[in-house]
Amino acid sequence: MIYDMAIAPFVDYGFMRRALVACFALALGGGPIGTFLVLRRMSLMGDAMSHAILPGAAIGFLIAGLSLWTMSIGGLVAGLAVAFLAGLISRVTALREDASLAGFYLISLALGVLIVSTQGSNIDLLHVLFGTILSVTDDALILVASIATLSIVTLALIYRPLVIECFDPAFLRATTGGGTVWHFIFLVLVVVNLVAGFQALGTLMALGLMMLPAAAARFWAGAVWSLAALSTVLAFLSGFAGLLLSYNFNLPSGPSIILTAGLVYVASILLGTRDSVRTRYFPRAHFHD
Amino acid sequence: MKKLALSRLTLSRLALACLALALSFALALPASAEPLKVVASFSILGDMVRNVAGSNADVTVLVGPDGDAHSFEPGPADASALADADLLVMNGLGFEPWMVRLAAASGTKAKYVTASFGINPRRLSEEEKHAHDHDDEDHDHDHKGHDEDGYPEAAHDFDPHAWQNLRNGIVYVQNIAGALAEKDPDNALVYQANAESYITELKKLDGWVRGELAKVPQEKRKVITTHDAFGYFGDAYRIEFISALGVASMAEPSAEALARLVDRIRQEKIRALFLENMSDPRMMETIARETGAEDGGTLYSDALSKPDGAAPTYVAIFRHNVPVLIAAMQKN
Repeated sequence: MIYDMAIAPFVDYGFMRRALVACFALALGGGPIGTFLVLRRMSLMGDAMSHAILPGAAIGFLIAGLSLWTMSIGGLVAGLAVAFLAGLISRVTALREDASLAGFYLISLALGVLIVSTQGSNIDLLHVLFGTILSVTDDALILVASIATLSIVTLALIYRPLVIECFDPAFLRATTGGGTVWHFIFLVLVVVNLVAGFQALGTLMALGLMMLPAAAARFWAGAVWSLAALSTVLAFLSGFAGLLLSYNFNLPSGPSIILTAGLVYVASILLGTRDSVRTRYFPRAHFHD
Repeated sequence: MKKLALSRLTLSRLALACLALALSFALALPASAEPLKVVASFSILGDMVRNVAGSNADVTVLVGPDGDAHSFEPGPADASALADADLLVMNGLGFEPWMVRLAAASGTKAKYVTASFGINPRRLSEEEKHAHDHDDEDHDHDHKGHDEDGYPEAAHDFDPHAWQNLRNGIVYVQNIAGALAEKDPDNALVYQANAESYITELKKLDGWVRGELAKVPQEKRKVITTHDAFGYFGDAYRIEFISALGVASMAEPSAEALARLVDRIRQEKIRALFLENMSDPRMMETIARETGAEDGGTLYSDALSKPDGAAPTYVAIFRHNVPVLIAAMQKN
């Protein structure tokens, strides 16, 4: 019974295995990145960046059709351009980074929609924007896995300065002379991971798998490393459970995965061991017996 | 001298004759000199109108070659084309739900013709309907428009892709010819003659399709496509089309639906697999990899190809699709 519901689908169908592997890779890269986004109070910035990727992916699509590589490179270039321009503007003018980012990502988004709708008549925009995890190709798997590896290695290398910059930027500036470098390396990782997710789940859904587990982990763990590890585990479990829901109850797979992650998030808000609704408003009565 | 006088006389006569001729043109042709402005909702209807009207109409097509009418977003240029139009040709049966709204918004005084009027509509099965309901939530708003077409209220109970049966295509041509003649009675005979020769061509084509397909044994006549556009084709020419995604080309499938399809392909050992000219190829690649089925090529269903493509006309769609289908089904 449990075998039929939870194991058999992965044994019988290659596309279920691929989807699961894709979820695993996305969780490995996205978990730590999401954690840092939450810690750095940049949760909504991921949303902005996911929109900023569009025009690049659209141009890539127009050049070479549904080609994994041109769309990824296009998305990467557009995302990085927006991130760097926004960072640059906030450093050379009085505009704060969030405002300049909002400006550039909105321009980028509108440009993307404009390009897609005027250029191709045979483009179903939704197919470009919402990848479906059930049809992940070999190339896409390799790309997603490479990006996960790259992000973990890079994060390991810049872990200390990045953590210090999260909690005490003044200290970092005093000792090493500025956190701008680490900040930009981190931004590059965010964009790269969103491009990876874009191939498997579509930009918006990929962001869900990055942010929801990271926000949920906040209610269970305290240290940065444990937050990152827990959000990776939660992201992977959401992917696994979401795929099974999609299989057993005939639901579209992308939304099933993200909604599972959402359910984990809501449950964590209510029941988590740290600062959750339960611990704040229904503390255990220590003084009985 | 004499000669000169003579020639002057002929010259003036000639001039007079020219003037008379020009006058007679000016008097006799004010109605037909200006071609009718016809707007067709999608490329296949546009081709039919061009065949019937010849040079007597300027045809504007809203959803052009390779476009998808299911997810079409009209722009202001489309609304202004409608506003100036004399005649609107649409498919009906819920195929272009945006058309009635767009026509109302443009304030056009043009006459409508529903090309599918009078055909025997194919009911969608419960399963197909479910797939359809997923992404066309706003269908309900359009029911009124279809009521006027004389169909029972729920237009999305029916499969709109009726032109895929050539005998329905003939009904389409008759409807279009009738509407053109009514709008432009001076050229009614021209329209009738064009329609008759076009219908003869379609009848011959219908015979050819049946003859060609007869070469494939009945048990091999199974094909997988990405979108249920071939229901009428399948019914008319007895081929079983198994859909990968349901009626609408946009629905994201569930893992269960995909698994069921894969099971079926494996069980029935189907090898004929088709992408459409506008669907997401990645899903089909997945199915092909999972089952060992082969990509049979491209079938044209809802849209013509560009003029230099494989299926730039309604007739060419069948000339292209039938051999491609046969080659793929032979491998089953």
